Amino acid sequence: MAVTSGTMSTSRERMSELRARITKPFVMVPMLGWLLGALVAVVLEQLIGLQLARAFGMPRIPALFGVGIALENPALFPSAILYDFLIYILPVALVARLTATPANWAVTKMFNFRSWVTVLLHILLLYIILHIWADISDYRLLVVRLILIAILWTLSLNIINGYMGEFSCSHPGFIALGAYAASIFTVGLFVNDNILGQALLPASLGRFMFPIALILGGVIAALGAILVAVPSFNTRGDYLAIISLAFMFMVKSLFENLEVVGGARGLGSQPDWAGLPTVFLWTILGIWIMNNFVRSTLGKALNAVRDGETAADAMTVNTRRTKFTAFLFGAFWAGLAGGLFAHVIRYVNPSSFGIQMLAEVLAMVYFGGLNSIQGSIVGAVSINLMGEALRPLEIYKWLVIPLLLIIVMIRRPTGLISFTTFDFTTLIKPKQKPEGEV
Amino acid sequence: MEFFLQMVVNALQLGSFYALIALGYSMVYGVLLLFNFAHGDIFMVGAYIGFFVATGLLALLTLTSLALPNWLVLVLTILVAMFLTSFVGISVERIGYRPLRNAPRASAAITGLMIGIILETANLAFLGAERLSFPSLIETTTYQIAGVSITNKKIMIVLVALLLMLALHQFVQRTKWGMAMRATAYDFVVVPLMGVPLNNIAALTFALGSGLAAAAGILFSLAYPVLDPYMGITFGWKAFVAAILGGRGSILGAAVAGFMLGFIEIFVAAFFPSTMRDLIAYSIILVILVFRPHGLFGEEYTAQLRL
Repeated sequence: MAVTSGTMSTSRERMSELRARITKPFVMVPMLGWLLGALVAVVLEQLIGLQLARAFGMPRIPALFGVGIALENPALFPSAILYDFLIYILPVALVARLTATPANWAVTKMFNFRSWVTVLLHILLLYIILHIWADISDYRLLVVRLILIAILWTLSLNIINGYMGEFSCSHPGFIALGAYAASIFTVGLFVNDNILGQALLPASLGRFMFPIALILGGVIAALGAILVAVPSFNTRGDYLAIISLAFMFMVKSLFENLEVVGGARGLGSQPDWAGLPTVFLWTILGIWIMNNFVRSTLGKALNAVRDGETAADAMTVNTRRTKFTAFLFGAFWAGLAGGLFAHVIRYVNPSSFGIQMLAEVLAMVYFGGLNSIQGSIVGAVSINLMGEALRPLEIYKWLVIPLLLIIVMIRRPTGLISFTTFDFTTLIKPKQKPEGEV
Repeated sequence: MEFFLQMVVNALQLGSFYALIALGYSMVYGVLLLFNFAHGDIFMVGAYIGFFVATGLLALLTLTSLALPNWLVLVLTILVAMFLTSFVGISVERIGYRPLRNAPRASAAITGLMIGIILETANLAFLGAERLSFPSLIETTTYQIAGVSITNKKIMIVLVALLLMLALHQFVQRTKWGMAMRATAYDFVVVPLMGVPLNNIAALTFALGSGLAAAAGILFSLAYPVLDPYMGITFGWKAFVAAILGGRGSILGAAVAGFMLGFIEIFVAAFFPSTMRDLIAYSIILVILVFRPHGLFGEEYTAQLRL
């Protein structure tokens, strides 16, 4: 990256000048302003989206920003762009710009009152936006929930691969353990099912037991992670990669052979308890806890182990305990998200927890950025959105996405946003006027 | 006893595929300290190239009404396909690995995985989902020796695999290029300073590995004549495990571990339900790795982790 030829730098300067001109009016906009803009946009779509889409000749409201519609019928490409501009870009930009001053004032007031109230209000607003946006179609609802779950998977893998610097391939195994454990709990106790038999408890009780099912899934995954964590005391790098890979295959093979839970046919009829509120709540909780974890002393110990195990040991870092905790912690969240996944899809099958899923989760982590919470969120959201939006390309989708990933890897080997710390309060704090301006 | 011998024969055949593929993983690891995760798919591409070379040759022969013996067609197919596939390997190195040589190793692993996905998808997209069946170049004759039925294909597969391994061994031990490869494997940083062209050595390593994978692909297609774009995934990953089991960078280790994996899989499938095969095979490997963390023939050294 250090090599910049003459032409490169001028074009880069021109680019940054252009970027500065576009971003300048929005420097002052706090997160609240953007959220308000997004709220207006999604409400607008709810109100006039269908009429506008029909007026532009589109059969329905474009589910994912019109990419799918434009790919199916290239003639609709301009109208998809126009739709995006009118519904999303213009309202967001206008509202964000216009409310910048009151939003800044409001955020300042809120921070003066209680900072946790501010954070909660922002999250609530974010949820309302997502809810209204996802309300348009069932497909959007599914995509949003899957993206939120993917964020949890990516983050939990980032703890092991990014923060601790191992190359663990066992994540699909952890996810499978969590998904199956949670499914067995809910299906076995609350659903009449021909694999696991009659319901033992009334289904009305189940909703309150759902968190227990998820946590159980996480705990089972964490117990499974002991199998990977213990060998990691003595081996690092490639051998651990193999051990974790073998673990993944073993879990998959185990569930294929367990006829009690459906074997290779899979286990279905999970109750529909993982709605958007539940998934959103668990995702926010997961991001919060994992962010606190990596910023704690233990999180710093992870980085120390990554950068030099012997040195970390000499500096009184208990490397064994650190590795053990990181593996179990990552596996817990992977398993918990696996439980959510099973209840969103409402069907689990051993074959879905294989190399394909491993490649996807690894791609999300390394695309987004190592050692970074924002990076993981960006990676999970972008890879998933891309995967869904490019669906009309069918098989060619799997040529476009890997190619893009290779380019990103070559240009930025540690991912888009790597080695950062994440602080939600900094993200939402009021934007001060830059120095020297009135 | 007869059952046992029959299993041994089958295991030798399966092991030859694993060993040939594992060699490619192991050589690349030895020289560049990187795993070529696209190698399993290069095996698949090799099988497909072999298919086109074989059908092309057969068509050419009927067109020119030349009567070549079938074994000669097979040898030609293997050699031409090995040659062509080595260029696939060189391109993979050039596109996916060379730009990332100084990057974290995990990033190179990701590019390798992605190139693998691209190879599979491109195959599926351009050749369609229907499965091709490999032309049977040699007639199957079955010999009954001491109650064990051995086909001539099985003998040939094992012999060709052993021959290729021997050739590789000779190349690495006796030639100047082989010496350069060994030197680079010994020290990846200093040896290039002595005038050994690292880029050429890396390309050569990928080419050799891909050639062996192509040979494995053709031999595999002779035994199981249905080609499938995803055949590289299951097979490639198992061969990868064999490469690790043998010890990283150890050619002898990869060969031995490849055969060993074949034996484990066949014998597990013989005494347990075949769905348990992966579970038990991986458990055995896990146990071996716990006691010999550096693999069967790997030297115990702590590689500089560049993660």
